[in-house]
Amino acid sequence: MALLEVNDINVRFDTPEGEIHAVNGVSFALERGEALGIVGESGSGKSQLSFSILGLLAANGRASGSVKFDGREILNLPDAELNKIRSERIAMVFQDPMTALNPYMRISDQMAEVLTLHKGLSKRDAIAEAVRMLDAVKIPDAKNRVRLFPHEFSGGMRQRVMIAMALLCKPDVLIADEPTTALDVTVQAQIMDLLGELRRELGMATVLITHDLGVVAGFCERAIVMYGGQVMEEAPVDPLFAQPTHPYTKGLLGALPRLDTDRAMTPIRGNPPNMTGMPTGCPFCPRCDFVEEICARQMPPLTGFAEGRARACHRAIEEVAA
Amino acid sequence: MIVYILKRLAVAIPTLLVLIIASFVLMHVAPGGPFTAERAVPPEVLANLNAKYGLDQPLWKQIATYLWGVVAHFDFGPSFVYKDRSVNDIISQGFPVTLTYGFLSFIAAVLVGVTLGVTAAIKRNSWLDYLAVGISIGAQVLPNFVMAPILVLIFTLSLHWLPGGGWSFDDPRFWIMPVIALSTSYMASIARITRSSMLEVLSSNHIRTARAKGLPKRKIIMRHALRPALLPVISYLGPAFVSMITGSVIVDVYFTTGGIGKSFVDSALNRDYAVMMGVTILLGTLTILFNLVVDIIYGWIDPKIRY
Repeated sequence: MALLEVNDINVRFDTPEGEIHAVNGVSFALERGEALGIVGESGSGKSQLSFSILGLLAANGRASGSVKFDGREILNLPDAELNKIRSERIAMVFQDPMTALNPYMRISDQMAEVLTLHKGLSKRDAIAEAVRMLDAVKIPDAKNRVRLFPHEFSGGMRQRVMIAMALLCKPDVLIADEPTTALDVTVQAQIMDLLGELRRELGMATVLITHDLGVVAGFCERAIVMYGGQVMEEAPVDPLFAQPTHPYTKGLLGALPRLDTDRAMTPIRGNPPNMTGMPTGCPFCPRCDFVEEICARQMPPLTGFAEGRARACHRAIEEVAA
Repeated sequence: MIVYILKRLAVAIPTLLVLIIASFVLMHVAPGGPFTAERAVPPEVLANLNAKYGLDQPLWKQIATYLWGVVAHFDFGPSFVYKDRSVNDIISQGFPVTLTYGFLSFIAAVLVGVTLGVTAAIKRNSWLDYLAVGISIGAQVLPNFVMAPILVLIFTLSLHWLPGGGWSFDDPRFWIMPVIALSTSYMASIARITRSSMLEVLSSNHIRTARAKGLPKRKIIMRHALRPALLPVISYLGPAFVSMITGSVIVDVYFTTGGIGKSFVDSALNRDYAVMMGVTILLGTLTILFNLVVDIIYGWIDPKIRY
């Protein structure tokens, strides 16, 4: 049994403009210690998917389906129950560390409250533990800097603080929602290296949510590719990059800059769909180079075709992969 | 911090000077004067009166004399209308009264307003929210000159619980109706501002982080949301505090409390130049002072603000 089993998740938002279908029937499983990448453009529903797991959707959002953690159904549990899992067993790192950390509180207070809450530590012990964790994420002079406010750190250091805060309780699962998007490219690599190191050390299963295929290649064992709130392709990372079987994955890879060939980057034409007026067929078909008549009418089911691999496309693998 | 406060106080002096000169000039430019009566006063009497109060002097000289009196002797001059009372008397008699009911109103408005606003935001779109919003809209649209007679009707004429007017520093029963009448509209504004800023804060990223930590809702509100949510409320409270402690003509008239709210309006109607100036200076000084207080509180709440 997998540590985290996500089954047929749907996320809806009620807005004045109508109901938004952010996530449509997404399923995946995460084994103990495994690193899974969830890849997609902005608006593909990947962040909302991760929020729904811990019940962190905005007030107008609803999630349905099933999330089994360690064999127990946790989707839409009351807050009092979820609070025992949040941070203690499943922790999150958010995208923008400037706004995700509380700008009005000292780092020491923000970190210590996690430990006093979940581990029953005294404030003094909690701060000592927080300093140890800040050392572990390589924040220089952690002992003194723990007293600072978030705005007194640089972007990269702030994200280190965020990571340290998430790891305080040594969770079984870390969900990292675009942890490097708000950072400089040079800092991105450092943060990903750090995450990888900590993951191996703590034996933590990790869900990495990103739009950056390069990051997934270096960090994850397996990835799912999302578009329009649905899974387009799922595969171990190596075959996913070597032989993408979905037009969207292929498009994403084609849009990556490469140093090893002369091939020019080719962007995917068009824009991601507006999630209020979702088409009945495949959400990618307005932008797809392989589109057929059936694509606009019917969403192809996600079908397994090899060990650990699945795709949702009407066209044959050979046609797309060629 | 100390340097900052001293700097601000230094800037306050020219600000007050401009305020004094501008009000002085405006007051004299307006037609009529303290001795304009319905019945024409013989010209020689008028000339005598003007000479006695220095009104025959050129304007700059009047301002200079006035300023000298204020700065050197803290003397705001004699009332032009009440022959035996000085402005200092009028203010020192009336101000403690308005200060008392104004301060109490402030406390009441903040406590009730913030509680209503926070409750409404937390229980958004529930009956509690609608009730809180309903109360605050009701309090906002009910002007205090309507509220005051209704209060008198209920508490004095029907129930005989409270005295219908007058003032006593020893008997809190005299304070209740003035406080209710003065505080309701402020309370409504505070509730509205608190609710909307709390809603904004609750949807911000760092609140999501707090939720992801597994903190119970009460802790999220008290530790993470209240501080930032109160920032806009505090900038409203500075000027609101000043206008509350300087009283309200409606309250002073309806409940015959004898505060300076009434003196201010009477002085304007009677062209009682000295009283008008005195109250204006008092108001201006308090406004400058409490804007400074607000800025200091801002710095204390928001660590990004350092002076």
